[in-house]
Amino acid sequence: MNLRQTKIPLFFLAPTILLLTLFVIFPVVNTIYISFLGEEDEFVGLDNYAEVFSRRNFWAPQNLVEGKPPPYGALIHNGIWIVLHLPLSLFFGLALAILLRDVKGGAVIKSAVFLGMVIPMIVGGILLRFVYDDRAGILNGFLRIVGLGDLTRTWTAYPQTILLALILGTVWIWTGFSMIVYSAGLEGIPKELFEAAKIDGASRWQTFRRITVPMLKPATIIVITMTLLWELKIFDIVWVIQQGGPGGASMVMALMMFLEAFLNRSFGTASAIATMLTVLTFGFAAYMVYRMVKE
Amino acid sequence: MKPKLPELKLPKLKLSETVARLRKVKKTTILIHLLAWGVSLIWILPFLGVFMASIRPLPEILDGWWNFDVFNPTLRGFVGAWNHPTAPLNRALFNSLIVTVPSTFIPIFVAALGAYSFARFKFPTRDLLFFVLVLLQTIPQQMVIIPIFKIMISLGLWNNYIGLILVHTAFALPWQIFFLRNFFSTLPVEIEEAARIDGASYLKIFYKIVLPLTLPALASLTALQFVWVWNDFFFAIVLISSPEMKLATQAVAAMPGRLAIDWTVVSAASIMVMIVPIIIYVVLQRYYVRGLVAGAVKG
Repeated sequence: MNLRQTKIPLFFLAPTILLLTLFVIFPVVNTIYISFLGEEDEFVGLDNYAEVFSRRNFWAPQNLVEGKPPPYGALIHNGIWIVLHLPLSLFFGLALAILLRDVKGGAVIKSAVFLGMVIPMIVGGILLRFVYDDRAGILNGFLRIVGLGDLTRTWTAYPQTILLALILGTVWIWTGFSMIVYSAGLEGIPKELFEAAKIDGASRWQTFRRITVPMLKPATIIVITMTLLWELKIFDIVWVIQQGGPGGASMVMALMMFLEAFLNRSFGTASAIATMLTVLTFGFAAYMVYRMVKE
Repeated sequence: MKPKLPELKLPKLKLSETVARLRKVKKTTILIHLLAWGVSLIWILPFLGVFMASIRPLPEILDGWWNFDVFNPTLRGFVGAWNHPTAPLNRALFNSLIVTVPSTFIPIFVAALGAYSFARFKFPTRDLLFFVLVLLQTIPQQMVIIPIFKIMISLGLWNNYIGLILVHTAFALPWQIFFLRNFFSTLPVEIEEAARIDGASYLKIFYKIVLPLTLPALASLTALQFVWVWNDFFFAIVLISSPEMKLATQAVAAMPGRLAIDWTVVSAASIMVMIVPIIIYVVLQRYYVRGLVAGAVKG
């Protein structure tokens, strides 16, 4: 290949390389660097990381160990988010994808379920706040109708309930994603497989277990990875409902990073949180990245 | 001449036959339909609620928007949100549009050029660059925001839409290039080679041959990127601070107070802010879903 030809991709790629270097790659390296600096930009090693872990807002496992209500700290809250949200979101997405496949008007229902993925997360948070409201919220209205009126409260106002309320709320908001990906996955399974299974006398459960689930593995990998990344980076909803409160009971890593950086002006600790968040993100995304590169 | 009317042959069904037909519909099918529509209510009711709340006065909402004993529809919420004293949507929606349109089309243009070189040329460091690109897709916004904040202040682009547009552009490039490179790889090379032999320049080939074939992929990118930028809150609150420059997501986030919430106004504001991405989704639904399912890492 001659020189003229090898210059063409560089010409086409120049704006990309410039923008990415300036606004993504340099900032990432710089954030790692800042995470090792103290207040006067002196090198302090891992002090910022130790400082972050000493904050109750980030790491407070004693409440969890003693069985008390949150706050457990942002890191643990994100962990709880993953443990509860991921299986529920996978289950509802797959269940809806299968259920709505043969239902009249299924496409309309799918669009409605998917709306949560389209609206701003800030508005999603406001919708949740409305649903959970003491007087105006439909959840409490429902509880009154079924005779559980004693339980009614503003579910997002108390440390005992806010974290769970928000996690279930994000199930409501994000199930559309797993549903859509699983729907596309289901369409990709050749009909002959199901017919062959039927002829061989396989039960519904066997067909599901031996054909549907294995054939949906690529879809499952996408859904799990993407959902994990969102659960780690969750910010808008928590911000608009209680800004991490009450008493830090809904604090999460992304929000704590923001507050450290732009409220307390402590760039060192904020960068330490951001770096940990990114390391976790890379860890969870590694398998998908590996598959993407292999392609 | 009298036109001959075709004779209508209506199937004469007796009631008993109709019932028998209905019976044939399996019980499980009916159950599945009931279950599906029941479950979908969970997803529809909050949207219905916010709509009802937006057109009813506050006292009626506090008694439950599902109660219709008294029903006095009002536009007070929409007017109030539009002319809100601290977060007027008339300005914020317009601001969001000013930021979102260039933040949608500039990165697509830049990414198309970049993706084309990845798909069609061999050059040193190509594989390494591509690996970096895939890796960059997963970077959280929090990981770049402090240096970006400092850079924008030193460039005089903080609290300036140009700064925000640049950041949105850069952040979109990794996943858009990845998406488009995969798309370009599926296009046949032969047409381009023929054009090359006829003496067309690479830039001309790109505009005249490749881009028109890429329209469906570009529609996916447009839909996803527009919605992503419109919905973004994090970059906006860090990079835009003047009240009159705030974007729609910032305005609607500022509306509910800590204690008493005027649900009529907040609901109307929510509707006005979310209707824009919903319209994009409805109009470009096919492309939106296709882009998302193609594994484009986003968020």
